[in-house]
Amino acid sequence: MSLIALEERADLAGAQAAPVQAPRIAAPALAPALRGAVLALLVPAILVAAWQGASALGWFAPNLLPSPSAIFAELADLWRSGDLETHLLVTFWRVLSGFFFGALAATVLGALTGASSLARSLLDPTLQALKAVPSLAWVPLFILWFGIFEASKVTLIAVGVFFPIYLNLMTGIQGVDRKLVEVGRVLNLSPFAVVRRILVPATLPSYFVGLRAGLALGWMFVIAAELMGASEGLGFLMVDGQMTGRPAIILGSLLLFAVAGKASDALLAALGNRLLAWQDGFGGMAKGARP
Amino acid sequence: MSTLEARRAAKESLLQVDGVTKGFAADAPLALAETSFTVAAHEIVALVGTSGCGKSTLLRMIAGLDAPSAGEIRLGGHRVAGPDPEIGMVFQEPRLMPWLTVRENLRLALPGQGRQAQDERIAATLRQVGLADFGEALPRALSGGMAQRVAIARALVRSPRLLLLDEPFSALDSFTRAKLQRHLLELWQEANFTMVLVTHDLEEALALADRVLILRGQPGRLYGQLPVDLPHPRRRSSPVFQELKEELARALDLEAD
Repeated sequence: MSLIALEERADLAGAQAAPVQAPRIAAPALAPALRGAVLALLVPAILVAAWQGASALGWFAPNLLPSPSAIFAELADLWRSGDLETHLLVTFWRVLSGFFFGALAATVLGALTGASSLARSLLDPTLQALKAVPSLAWVPLFILWFGIFEASKVTLIAVGVFFPIYLNLMTGIQGVDRKLVEVGRVLNLSPFAVVRRILVPATLPSYFVGLRAGLALGWMFVIAAELMGASEGLGFLMVDGQMTGRPAIILGSLLLFAVAGKASDALLAALGNRLLAWQDGFGGMAKGARP
Repeated sequence: MSTLEARRAAKESLLQVDGVTKGFAADAPLALAETSFTVAAHEIVALVGTSGCGKSTLLRMIAGLDAPSAGEIRLGGHRVAGPDPEIGMVFQEPRLMPWLTVRENLRLALPGQGRQAQDERIAATLRQVGLADFGEALPRALSGGMAQRVAIARALVRSPRLLLLDEPFSALDSFTRAKLQRHLLELWQEANFTMVLVTHDLEEALALADRVLILRGQPGRLYGQLPVDLPHPRRRSSPVFQELKEELARALDLEAD
């Protein structure tokens, strides 16, 4: 034997004897989340401070670009009168119901065209052709059909929400690893079990991408709907601010749109992260070592 | 009478492959022509062959994933007409569900029983493959060798009578491969299953199998077989082993150049 015996080396002997520790799926610590929130708010905070300073120095005409504090005061006034709450709730409700109906239709049709090539050949060309119509071009028709009240607005939002969800779900199902589906066959899973245990989880990542894109479009279309004719809602508030020459209201509404859109997207993203924690993705440079 | 022949004579045949032919389309050339052999209970048979000889196709037909164009495959007397709970399959890749923990991946193979019975069976199987502590791990946390052990556990958790392996260790480094080969033999010695293994690694075939079947040509046909009547564990450096390996290589025409 020319090899040198290493029995004396405690580290090697120990490495053989000790049972290997299984990695655990640790819950992310609070500290990184807090750090993320601070980093995310840093740029807006600097911008607002600079804006306030510039306004105080009189660099901006207050009748065109009011200071942040003026905007805040205006919003506070509206809140105290109860108007702001009504406008917010109406807009939320429109986005939510439009998103719900759009996502529902997209999920049904996307699942159908993703799973069945017959359904895809039948339906997908028509849906793609409809997608080519700019969504705002539906407005005159929807108003004619459903009137100027809620139904036409919700329908418009649902149409906007529909396409990204539909497309992502369909391509997601088509992209499921055939080899994993084959494992389901080897294990004698029922067709229902294959869908529930393999196809649904495998499709979830791209479905969530679609949901988030759909929600973003939902916020876009609610403004379009409200700008065109409404007596309530954030979009109406902006038109009202324009008519009455109050830029603080327009800017305040813009701000609220940004906050509401970001918050609802973050909610959806958090839900997605919970459901998709198994993904072995890159995740970004600064995320550091996985637990 | 050698020990191997004695074992074969003592046990009835478990798997019969009878005149099996496979063509994937009417106008395409056949993948496999007129192949017949039997495998005895608790025997280990390796299928080796040049690439494109239809050995993986043959294994998929035994697994019930593809249907033969002609001929019949029987397991313990009944015809294999589709995936069969008595047949376990290990692929070249682990093919674990990335969203399920190791334990839940194994549970996928155990339908219908009570949860506690499942848990006990899963724990026992994970212990057997040396991964008792990894039930809660996600597949992304496993090394290639560990993931393939989970795949073997998923096939064995149902206590199959026949375990099929399609180049199961070809993606692993040689050290891990040798370790898993030893481990597979231990599992086979402990439990009462039969193995059919497709491999292109001649040493792997000779280290594991009681009998090596050689497929050749396009379409593939059974060219011959080589009994390996050596006790386990087999020393790969031994002259007998090396001689068998050369014989196998000659049969496969690998030494032509």
